[in-house]
Amino acid sequence: MRPPHFEYQRPQSVEEALRVLAEQPAYKPLAGGHSLIPAMNLRLAQPEGLLDLGRLDDLRGIRFDQNQLRIGALTTHEEVAASPHVRKHCPALSDAASVIGDPQVRAWGTLGGNLAHADPASDPPPVIVACEGTIQLTNQSGSREVAAEDFFIDIFTTATGEGELLTEIIVPSQANRKSAYLKLPHPASRYPVVGVCVVLDWDGVSCSRARVAIGGATGKATRCHQAEGVLTGSDLGEETMRDAERVISAELGDDLLADHYASAEYRRAMAGVFLKRSVKAALG
Amino acid sequence: MSTRIFGSGIRRREDPRLITGQAKFSADIQLPETTFLVFVRSPHAHARILSVDCEAARAAPGVIRVLTGEDVQLSMPCAWLLPDSDLKTPEHPVLAKDRVRYVGDAVAAVIAETEGQAQDAAELVEVGYELLPAETNPESATTEGASELFDDVPKNVAFRWIAGSDEALVEQAFQDADVVVRERIVQQRLQPTAIEPRAAIAQWNSAAQEMTLWCTSQNPHIHRHVLGLVVGIPDHKLRVISTDVGGGFGSKIPVYADEALVCWASRELARPVKWVETRSENYLVTIHGRDHVEYVEMAATADGTAQAIRGRVYAAMGAYLSTAAPGIPTILHGLMYGGPYTIPLARCESIGVFTNTTPTDAYRGAGRPEATFLMERLMERLANQLGMDPSEIRRKNLIPPFQDGYSSAMGLTYDSGNYAENLDLALEKAAYGKMRASQQRARDEGKLVGIGVTTYNEICGLGPSQVAGAIGFQGGLWESAIVRISATCKVQVMIGTSPHGQGEETTFAQIVASEIGIPVDDIEIIHSDTDRTPMGWGTFGSRTTPVSGAALALATRKIKEKARLLAAHLLEAAADDIEYEDGKFFVKGAPEHHQTIQNLALMATLAWNLPDGMDPGMEASQFYDPPNFVFPFGTHIAQVEVDAETGEVTLQKYVAVDDCGPQINPLIVAGQVQGGVVQGIGQALWEGTVYDDSGQLLTGTLLDYAMPRADHFPYLELAHTETPSPHHPIGVKGVGETGTIASTVTVYNAVMDALRSLGIDQLEMPLSPARVWAAIEEARSGESA
Amino acid sequence: MEVSIEVNGKTYTKAVEPRTLLVHFLREDLGLTGTNIGCDTSQCGACTVHMDGRALKSCTCLAVQADGRSVTTIEGMAQQGLHPLQQAFWDKHGLQCGYCTPGMIMASAALLKNNPNPTEAEVRHGLEGNLCRCTGYQKIVEAILAAAEGGEE
Repeated sequence: MRPPHFEYQRPQSVEEALRVLAEQPAYKPLAGGHSLIPAMNLRLAQPEGLLDLGRLDDLRGIRFDQNQLRIGALTTHEEVAASPHVRKHCPALSDAASVIGDPQVRAWGTLGGNLAHADPASDPPPVIVACEGTIQLTNQSGSREVAAEDFFIDIFTTATGEGELLTEIIVPSQANRKSAYLKLPHPASRYPVVGVCVVLDWDGVSCSRARVAIGGATGKATRCHQAEGVLTGSDLGEETMRDAERVISAELGDDLLADHYASAEYRRAMAGVFLKRSVKAALG
Repeated sequence: MSTRIFGSGIRRREDPRLITGQAKFSADIQLPETTFLVFVRSPHAHARILSVDCEAARAAPGVIRVLTGEDVQLSMPCAWLLPDSDLKTPEHPVLAKDRVRYVGDAVAAVIAETEGQAQDAAELVEVGYELLPAETNPESATTEGASELFDDVPKNVAFRWIAGSDEALVEQAFQDADVVVRERIVQQRLQPTAIEPRAAIAQWNSAAQEMTLWCTSQNPHIHRHVLGLVVGIPDHKLRVISTDVGGGFGSKIPVYADEALVCWASRELARPVKWVETRSENYLVTIHGRDHVEYVEMAATADGTAQAIRGRVYAAMGAYLSTAAPGIPTILHGLMYGGPYTIPLARCESIGVFTNTTPTDAYRGAGRPEATFLMERLMERLANQLGMDPSEIRRKNLIPPFQDGYSSAMGLTYDSGNYAENLDLALEKAAYGKMRASQQRARDEGKLVGIGVTTYNEICGLGPSQVAGAIGFQGGLWESAIVRISATCKVQVMIGTSPHGQGEETTFAQIVASEIGIPVDDIEIIHSDTDRTPMGWGTFGSRTTPVSGAALALATRKIKEKARLLAAHLLEAAADDIEYEDGKFFVKGAPEHHQTIQNLALMATLAWNLPDGMDPGMEASQFYDPPNFVFPFGTHIAQVEVDAETGEVTLQKYVAVDDCGPQINPLIVAGQVQGGVVQGIGQALWEGTVYDDSGQLLTGTLLDYAMPRADHFPYLELAHTETPSPHHPIGVKGVGETGTIASTVTVYNAVMDALRSLGIDQLEMPLSPARVWAAIEEARSGESA
Repeated sequence: MEVSIEVNGKTYTKAVEPRTLLVHFLREDLGLTGTNIGCDTSQCGACTVHMDGRALKSCTCLAVQADGRSVTTIEGMAQQGLHPLQQAFWDKHGLQCGYCTPGMIMASAALLKNNPNPTEAEVRHGLEGNLCRCTGYQKIVEAILAAAEGGEE
């Protein structure tokens, strides 16, 4: 269908955008539009107004500063995937940005837009969560940073407050660690049925610290602390991985998503399979 | 420029407009003063309509008219009235009045100045419903206590059709059998998903009392006739144009309620009315394919010789009978029981069932993929039970080579077949022995690798009109072609079929060029505009080349004969002394005394010097009513690997060796086979319509309905044999559906072969990762218990 | 509101409702009907065009978002004669009904621009955003590889 009517404004600066957002709380920010516009085409989303951030180049770009990746919200997935900074300091994010959507979506969809949308079946959120990234939210009064794990609250629900824009994604460097993101795609939408990110402190013999997050399986990207407990301090060998598979499946409890394509039991089992595969990919 | 191009893979003549964005698909048509029509559709699968309130909609900006079932008293006919089947044909209203019977059933229509305004206003129409229970499964919809869609159709049974050998003889064969194999097969419902959604734009000319309709049809003349009847327009005053159609696969054969309403509304408003389907709407309203529950069994001797086959099919019709629906699971399905095998006895009972779902109709293969599927599943079971190689059990049962007629148990006369030789070529091309050896090695490593082999034949080139009448099809199935050669020897060929991607603008030019020596570039094939073409029945059932191509070849030969006689006259020679080669008619033994076809065309047009009794001009019209169907055949072989951890199936190898007789253009034939194979594999591995218990469509967008994509496939290896059809002027058979007919079961059997060692006996399609995984888990937990 | 969009080298200034999708602007306001609509969930890719040099599904972009930008559609691909991809699709029979073809060609052009010498696997993956129902993709892949071999983007 054609989208329903809405008002439209295109601010020339971030300040202007924040002002409009404060004055018109019912307006939805429009980044690449690759989550919002499809929803509007089905008339599932009917925002009163759109605030087009598309020309705010201040919100685009990738910097590496003080051992942190700083990614502007309007950076496209293609830019993230192609960035040498990201490949070095957060290869799992490179992985996720390379497999999200399709080439056209990657060329225009933005990382900030994706995270703000908080679709439970999405690739970047579990990576940001596993890497203990933070989300910068800005309003007219200033900026605050929210830990990724606290940013994602539930299906399509984030910690973004009224009048706030997601302006930057900050990820501490993972350059000294082994990390990867792997997904099992839904055959139609290609969204992750499960997508697992692992970040490992690995010296070649033992894993001193493991972080694991999963997307696509539950209402939001979720850290798997018990699975992490199994991997931490281990040799990441076959027996450890078998335990970890078991533990992550149990850890996911009753929150698992289920639909006509993939049952909760399937997701539960795939969480374990992809944990194992993601560790293998991370170790190279 | 060589005109010996029959058999040459020349580039297509249709492509220049398609690769430059110059094509005119129906939605591209833009006329001044156009109004836009949007439907209000039922969100419920089964309900009584209590009230329809259009007041707010009528007052909305840009709205010109809002129509309901009170305003529009039109209904759509079924055009395949299957005889001897107790067929029920309940009314199918264009706009529902008392009851809605599927999600998507049209209740009202809003016409406005812009499409956006019409969509906005449609949301304001308020309909009061009283919900009724819904039936979505064709088997359970016939049981006691099922919710009935129509008051006068008990247990939702639309028809009961039986064909084949004597029941007692068949029963005896099963009693006497050494081995009986059986299976309950679910042919899951599919959504055809031509990339172009349907569209219709009608323009009424009140001065001339004429209607022009641009619409997405595979058969504009059928649309002309049926819409003429439904809307009340004399069929010579209704012009239907479908020049560029973005794929059909059967889904654009039927004549739809939306097309009728658009015509009716244009006449009512005296302005053009345009309707363009959204994809979501297409998934609700455009016909679906397949949807059978089948119980089939085969009796055999201990050495693997099949003796009898019988089956009962519950075939979902959906909520209403679509144009051709009753013929699909019956004539085009049951009559192919037995396939390419020498099975002496066969019997099929097919029960058509109304369900609260989108109406079904022909979808690529239309009944024959289902027939080949069950044949090959039964052969596979037989092979497994007897410990025989799957290719060997098929070879054992294949009909020996025949060039001109074989009577099947179901009463068909197959035209020609060379099945074993074709099988040999496929096994050689696939290096079958090596495949099995490497499969064993993989199995020794614990991998789940499987191989599937299919030998098939199928019925197409519809068909003899007498047979059409006998089987209840409310039309003929002949074709005609007019070949018109101008003074400058440019050729216009007018045909009654409607290619929409199959390449006949090229291959038909190749036929003419090869018959009469005129360059392909001077030949134009005109189709799909009912004002410019003779009556014909359309492009479906792989009939365009077998039927329309035959008419064309014969018309061209008529002209060639006329040219020969004119040449004789001009060369002052006896007609018998005139020979022909490559566009030249020359005196035997004296080639310097010749006439070119170009000069003959000019002379015929000028008519200054014609032999007595010869009419001027170089034009011929030829009808062709095929004496029989045609029966292409082939062998497909697939290898898959199943990832036991995730259930994902990877297609590793696919070989297709098909026989459609002589190939006019091998490039186009290969394209048809590749496209068909991929589409059939879609059914095996990814596609499948899902309704919930209340009749809501859960696979209503491309986010949920999984289509084959480029990265799913290895390189498909193609080869062919060539066994002409004895009764066809150029010996060709159809090939548009063979890929789909063979590939679904080939990949299915390959997966089942991979899973057999785990004791998995059967799985429903699609063989999605989740489903395969669940079966493996269940099998393994059974093992360790 | 008013938008100014350069399409195939020519700038058009028109008044549009904010809700107008770029694909509708191209097809209806400009009469460039070569770009086709095949779905309503941004899956099929038939509507693919280039905007500022990158492949875009024009159903997933508002005309107002394209204001001041440069768009190329299938109608703009032939410059002095056919674009090499158009030629390759023709030569290799990379189309049947032709409905997905404009989007397929636009997506392929972007693919080759980013990766001028792709492997077959890279081509198949690169077509993730484009559906075809007729061809089974094989001849599309052959066409793209042929165009790449010809050394053109």
